[in-house]
Amino acid sequence: MKILVALKRVADPDNANKVKIPGSGDRVDTTGLEWKPNPFDEYALEAALRLTENGQQPKTRAGEVVVVTFGPKETETTLRAALATGADKAIRVDATDDQLDGDLVARALKTLVEREKPDLVVMGKQAVDGDSNQVGQILAELLDWPQATFAATIEEEAAGSVLVGREVDGGVAKLRVKLPAVVTVDLRIVAGASVYSTKTARTFKYNEGVRFAALPAIMAAKKKPLTEVKLAELAADTKLKVTYAKFQAPPARKAGIKVKDVAELVDKLQKEAKVL
Amino acid sequence: MADPVSLDALISIDHLLSEEEKLVQATVRRFVKERYLPRAAELFAKEQFASDLIPELAELGLLGASLTGYGCAGMSPVSYGLALEELEYGDSGLRSFASVQGSLAMYPIWKYGSEAQKQRFLPGMAKGELIGCFGLTEPDAGSDPGAMKTRAKKDGKDWVLNGAKMWITSSPVSHLAVVWAKTGDGDARSIRGFIVERGMKGFETPTMHGKMSLRASPTGEIVLSDVRVPEQNMLPEIEGLRGPLSCLTQARFGISFGALGAARACFDSVLAYAKDRVIFGKPIAAKQLVQQKLVMMAMELAKGKIMALHFGRLKEQRDLLPAQVSLCKKNNVGVALEIARTARSLLAGNGILLEYPVIRHMLNLESVFTYEGTDEVHTLILGQTLTGESAF
Repeated sequence: MKILVALKRVADPDNANKVKIPGSGDRVDTTGLEWKPNPFDEYALEAALRLTENGQQPKTRAGEVVVVTFGPKETETTLRAALATGADKAIRVDATDDQLDGDLVARALKTLVEREKPDLVVMGKQAVDGDSNQVGQILAELLDWPQATFAATIEEEAAGSVLVGREVDGGVAKLRVKLPAVVTVDLRIVAGASVYSTKTARTFKYNEGVRFAALPAIMAAKKKPLTEVKLAELAADTKLKVTYAKFQAPPARKAGIKVKDVAELVDKLQKEAKVL
Repeated sequence: MADPVSLDALISIDHLLSEEEKLVQATVRRFVKERYLPRAAELFAKEQFASDLIPELAELGLLGASLTGYGCAGMSPVSYGLALEELEYGDSGLRSFASVQGSLAMYPIWKYGSEAQKQRFLPGMAKGELIGCFGLTEPDAGSDPGAMKTRAKKDGKDWVLNGAKMWITSSPVSHLAVVWAKTGDGDARSIRGFIVERGMKGFETPTMHGKMSLRASPTGEIVLSDVRVPEQNMLPEIEGLRGPLSCLTQARFGISFGALGAARACFDSVLAYAKDRVIFGKPIAAKQLVQQKLVMMAMELAKGKIMALHFGRLKEQRDLLPAQVSLCKKNNVGVALEIARTARSLLAGNGILLEYPVIRHMLNLESVFTYEGTDEVHTLILGQTLTGESAF
């Protein structure tokens, strides 16, 4: 199986309080922020690697994973990390965040999918910066492929399909999607028994979480192919559909109050908060 | 209040690292954070070694990481140093295990062993299936290893070893020990290295209990009572004290990075604490006495890191002189211990609880200060280097 994984570099969500908005309110000031791969995209990569190997013999690849990101030169660090973790080749589409929106990324990805011809596209359900949650869905529509979003489990099936489990209210919905398809993943996809290729025994359990890149693999990643593509090559029309009118920080939270006993708490919940 | 700037951002050390080195650092950092830190205090408290992590350390390539071939990762000196620094951010005991396996057990075989010895032992050691230790120090011969009493006498095709080694990291869990013994009557030039294997009759490794430092790393003795070691287990390519000392030079280089990891863990912990802990109506971070201490820690961390990187870059070009490694080990371990002690005092009562990593690192660093050349021995090495006069 050949899988395309879309990876986005985002400002470290642990330092979200460092995000600043200048007085003009026309943008988010990203200077001084630390960057990380979008966690959901890291889960997507882990899922893709599991689908292209026998879990018992992870060093032998049994498929191909191509990672792609949209970003400036520095985002190649994110791609190298993905290559060190196990991806087979990487593509960087040269662009900056302000030149992109979900629609344009999906249209450019469509062209890349037509070039690379993967059996499956896997990506995070959303990026933790904009939280738009659009690209996977738009891409499936543009390609006219089936989609399964918020995947918690993926099982490859012999008949050219994947069985995707989605956690919904009251249980798990299973969707059988014929390949080629687009799958976006949720947090639980990295649990020990979430993803199985046809080669991995169902009794096998992965370590929970995203695998570590071994130090020799980090060195070897330098030799794996990483190509750069211009955004204009992939999308003739690079006009954005989403325009931002104004950025504004959420209002600062007011300090809470301390109550002296349970009676006062109940009183306030009844009379002030009116929740009891 | 202005936005605080992290120490890493302040000294911008990232600009001195390659993409690959940053990735090594980030990987080992995540490994330690996810796999070791949640258990660090408990392992220390219970005097337990995380032997279940050995396969994962091996899988990451952290055993014998600076060696080439035989299944070793072949990391550059700086990458190797950064990896050890992250391991020691977890615990000096964890880093000690990696240092001993790579620099003290695997290195002498890799450097001075026969091809057959390398083929036989190194791949298994890199995989963590064979654990090694290093038998040099004796109850009465620490800083003066030339005074060792352990002897090897030729008997037919075997060597017969007798003696006792002490303070041996990993000896209780080891499958093999690189033991240094005199083959003559007392001359240090007759020192040779022997690979003593678990199961050889007369080879015992009793655990030393009651340590208040490096509790997460097993330390023991090596007792040798008429141990018959076949000729092919002697390291053929080295004679004299230079053998064990060259291994120590490798290990000490790693320690000069490693100790900074322990110090950084203390700094991170105390900085977060100082911002939270309010006394006399203000966080202690807003007190001049506290800021002075935090700034001292930050300066020493910055200087130590820059020095370690400098010698790491130099080592990429050529072997370091032992005195250069002494300079770096003495300085960085000394300041790390000072940082840990200061952090301990800033945490006040909380500083003695294992809930914070500080007391654990502080106690661990007491060992790191003393082992691999005591602070005093490094002073004498440097004193001799600068003056030409031996003051040993």
